Amino acid sequence: MELLLVLGVPFAGGILLGVWGHRNFAPELNSGMSLLTFLAAAVLTARIIADGPILVWDELFFVDSFNVFLVALTAFVAFTTSLFSRPYMRIELHHGKLSPNRLRLYHSMYQMFTFTMLLVLLTNNVGILWVAMEAATLTTVLLVSLYRTPASLEAAWKYFILCGVGLAQALFGTILLYFAAEKVLGAGGTALLWTHLYEVKDQLEPTVLGLAFVFLLVGYGTKVGLVPLHNWLPDAHAEGPTPISAVLSGLLLNVALYAVVRTKVLVEGALGTHFAGNLMMGFGLLSVVVAAFLLSRQKDVKRLFAYSSVEHMGLMTFAFGMGGAVATFAAMLHMTVHSLTKSAIFFTVGHAAQKSGTQVIADIRGLIDSNPTIGWGLMFGSLAILGMPPFGVFTSEFMILTVAMHQQPWATPFLLAALGVAFAAIFGKVQPMVFGTATAKRLPHPPALLPVFAHLALVLMLGLYIPPYLATWYRQAAQLIG
Amino acid sequence: MNLPLYAQLINLFAALLLLLAFAMLTQRRILSLINLFAAQGFVLALSTLVVAYFTHQYHLYYSALLTLVLKVLFLPWIMHRLIRALNVRWDVETLINIPATMLIGIVLVIFAFNLAAPISEIAGTVTKSTLGIATACILLAFLMMITRRKAVSQVIGFLAMENGLFFAATSATYGMPMVVELGIALDVLVGTLIFGVFFFHIRETFESLDIHHLEKLKER
Repeated sequence: MELLLVLGVPFAGGILLGVWGHRNFAPELNSGMSLLTFLAAAVLTARIIADGPILVWDELFFVDSFNVFLVALTAFVAFTTSLFSRPYMRIELHHGKLSPNRLRLYHSMYQMFTFTMLLVLLTNNVGILWVAMEAATLTTVLLVSLYRTPASLEAAWKYFILCGVGLAQALFGTILLYFAAEKVLGAGGTALLWTHLYEVKDQLEPTVLGLAFVFLLVGYGTKVGLVPLHNWLPDAHAEGPTPISAVLSGLLLNVALYAVVRTKVLVEGALGTHFAGNLMMGFGLLSVVVAAFLLSRQKDVKRLFAYSSVEHMGLMTFAFGMGGAVATFAAMLHMTVHSLTKSAIFFTVGHAAQKSGTQVIADIRGLIDSNPTIGWGLMFGSLAILGMPPFGVFTSEFMILTVAMHQQPWATPFLLAALGVAFAAIFGKVQPMVFGTATAKRLPHPPALLPVFAHLALVLMLGLYIPPYLATWYRQAAQLIG
Repeated sequence: MNLPLYAQLINLFAALLLLLAFAMLTQRRILSLINLFAAQGFVLALSTLVVAYFTHQYHLYYSALLTLVLKVLFLPWIMHRLIRALNVRWDVETLINIPATMLIGIVLVIFAFNLAAPISEIAGTVTKSTLGIATACILLAFLMMITRRKAVSQVIGFLAMENGLFFAATSATYGMPMVVELGIALDVLVGTLIFGVFFFHIRETFESLDIHHLEKLKER
């Protein structure tokens, strides 16, 4: 029942907003729909934690502690982002960057995007997962090109082509997976269901599964933004509306990583070696290092934080690749705190860019004078994402590093150096933005800063104290996939 | 060579598919490119039909029908309307170095056969020998996307890649489960429609459909 609501509300929202999305009350309707989705997700989460995994509707949907944690996170950040998008999109409309029709498209696609992400997370069918992932790409392409400027069209085209080709690889991987599974489970629907695949994972043909994993990793890895497949990511983040940058970074990348992790568990079971994990570690480490060194060259503030996302996704991929209970626990914690922090940063960056009328770092100055809350929000957000204690990112990065020192000592110098370089690059750019001489103007609508501080407070809390039920929940999930 | 009739037919269609993939790789006129894409879809539908008939996999009849409607009739029809509306019907693309592209294509085919060999060995389907060709079609479509400079031909390359994937699914496993196949078809359809809308935006903004206008966003 809750499951029906979790999927049904955003879908209905997409249709309703497709009709009324240009009206005055549309932003509130958008937030209301997202709130309902979040409440349904919260109830679903409570039930899964109490009763254990469920499998419903002809085994079409499957919820365990791993995906329910991502469902809750996705619904929560989608809700807070819709709160932020209310004043943000009104200001954009006021500045004449959008027409009411585009606003309708925006609201409708926002809900549809939420729906496709939740479908990726909840479905039990590897094929449907692919279909939903492609649908998520299609909805975000429309969102990235929303302003119809030359740059945004280019970003959307690049995103479309690169992710389209990437997902074609993933489809080939899925076909290979089905091919291997069909031998054991027989033809028909059940051969693509996660629950059935996990039961027989040690009987699947290893060579085929190894090959399938390479294709799936490259395919979904394009969407995670792993180097060298990350080219679309900074453009899409910089040229789309800021609420979309926030959900792309905070949610879509996680969802794509979820698909990779699920297949990794399956493939490691079939191969009996650490091949899949090693591959993930390689891609992850490369992403962390390359992204960290590209950070200092960025002149656009949204591109800067997009590269920071590549770096953090790389770190998570690395941690999931190492495997083991602690590393997986840390990776999931990092997923949570990165989503919360990065979306909070994009909220503040969005308003800062609106105030200054530009996204160029050198032209955004003195936020603390013109609007102290935006300024402090950006400062604390940046400190949090850079892994300063006592924020949660510090905890998760510290755990990942300690495990890496035990299991993969060769990788730690690279990780430490990359984190140091990233710190210098981002801090050096954010400081004058916050403390320089003010250049900004007033905004026609008061900005929504509650989500920023709500997110940062949560991240701070996770750094100081992880509530016991949350810890048990992470541990359960870590056991499932570790 | 004493192959049964259906195996001969399937091999014939597979060979035709590969030939069409090469033809698309080197075709310079956009109108002919669309016709080639439609022809590829038609051969694909025929081969699916033959497999369905001789293996009694009834859901493959639906797949063949879906391919026929979507890839032979509907998508080419949309494409024809698009290029007429955009007035690029008679456009000729300047392709650099066709012989070199062909040579790379041949290398890709050899690579594809090597890649597919271990899988075809363990496949139990009558169509297992065509898996190499399916992989080759995917790679050739990929090569086409890389070498093309026009938005329309890139999209056709993308769709041709989907054709190759569909053929791979039929030859390795007699097709994916129906619900997945319907989902994929829906995505392809919606994707093409969005691409179509995109063409107009690109044209409106850049006054041309050349991709080289879309290469401004780089690391500065």
